[in-house]
Amino acid sequence: MLQEKGPMQAKEALEKYFLDNRARMLEIASFLDRIDRYSGSPEAKEDFRYKSLMKALKIILESEDERTKKVQLFFSDLSSAPLEKVTDQKAYGAWKESSNEGD
Amino acid sequence: MKVIDPHIHMASRTTDDYMALALGGIHTITEPSFWAGFDRRSADGFHDYFHHISVVEHARAARFGIKHYCWIGLNSKESENLQLAEDVLKIIPEYLDKPTALGLGEIGLNKNSRNELNVLERQLSIAAERGEMILIHTPHLEDKLKGTRMIMEMILNEPRLQPSRVLIDHAEEHTIGEIKDKGFWFGLTLYPNSKGSPERAVDAVEIFGSERICINSSADWSVSDPLATLKCANEMRRRGHTEDLINKIFYENPKAFLSQSPKFEAA
Repeated sequence: MLQEKGPMQAKEALEKYFLDNRARMLEIASFLDRIDRYSGSPEAKEDFRYKSLMKALKIILESEDERTKKVQLFFSDLSSAPLEKVTDQKAYGAWKESSNEGD
Repeated sequence: MKVIDPHIHMASRTTDDYMALALGGIHTITEPSFWAGFDRRSADGFHDYFHHISVVEHARAARFGIKHYCWIGLNSKESENLQLAEDVLKIIPEYLDKPTALGLGEIGLNKNSRNELNVLERQLSIAAERGEMILIHTPHLEDKLKGTRMIMEMILNEPRLQPSRVLIDHAEEHTIGEIKDKGFWFGLTLYPNSKGSPERAVDAVEIFGSERICINSSADWSVSDPLATLKCANEMRRRGHTEDLINKIFYENPKAFLSQSPKFEAA
């Protein structure tokens, strides 16, 4: 893939975006704490979206490049056959089958 | 700076938004047909809607010195009702003839179903027969990659359609490479919190280059921001990108794509 680097230095990027991303990380941590704290926590943790999010965090930590693309692919339906009939117009943001991989 | 927003739903916005666009330098916009937030009950609703975006919004925009164009089509969410789709497909050519209509759009897929594919194929045939440009809606979230691939395959299988006259919108990190490699234009959509951000859009410019990319707000009736393009341009500036590059992304690129329609003229 063609990589056209931006005009900034990596240290400048760290300077500009650190606080925003520190805050986002705390949002994720508090979201997970909320699920721990509320009743019904074990059931919620079995939901494919929760499992997907936990695996996505692992992908971010274990990847050394193209983390965004890898997470996007992980959240995607990788099948190729059309859906026979739409029963639910909602999009969930994660793919059930990939959330169970490695379980 | 001058900006063209190639994807914005002004039928859902206020006159204050028009004023903000004008003051911000967004003097040319294009409005694709889309889902109203509910399924319409008959083709009559589409008659009114197509009239609204091809005539009424054009006049409303002109009061603020903004050039407004539109795209005509049946969105994929309403493609499951095949009788409705059949009725709407019949009236589309009448509105494509309007001097403000640039082509078919936003047409595409939502859940990648057989009915959606069937209706999309019919609309692609209309575009091919009439030599129209196309603005494609790709599915959101987990359905995006699969839907984008299906759409590109359908278009590439129709020899009368040229990828260079098709913009595939709502592209993201996992679809941009494939779209660009196949010769299509691609659009990045900026959402305040649910999907693409200005930061990620600028990352895409840095990673994939500045060719055949357009950035839009897709502002509509939901949580969205009609000035998102200006905020994204500012993010480029914040990172030290040149004004020439910013102008290319937000004005010259959309102008080049849209000018393939003889009806289009940028402000």
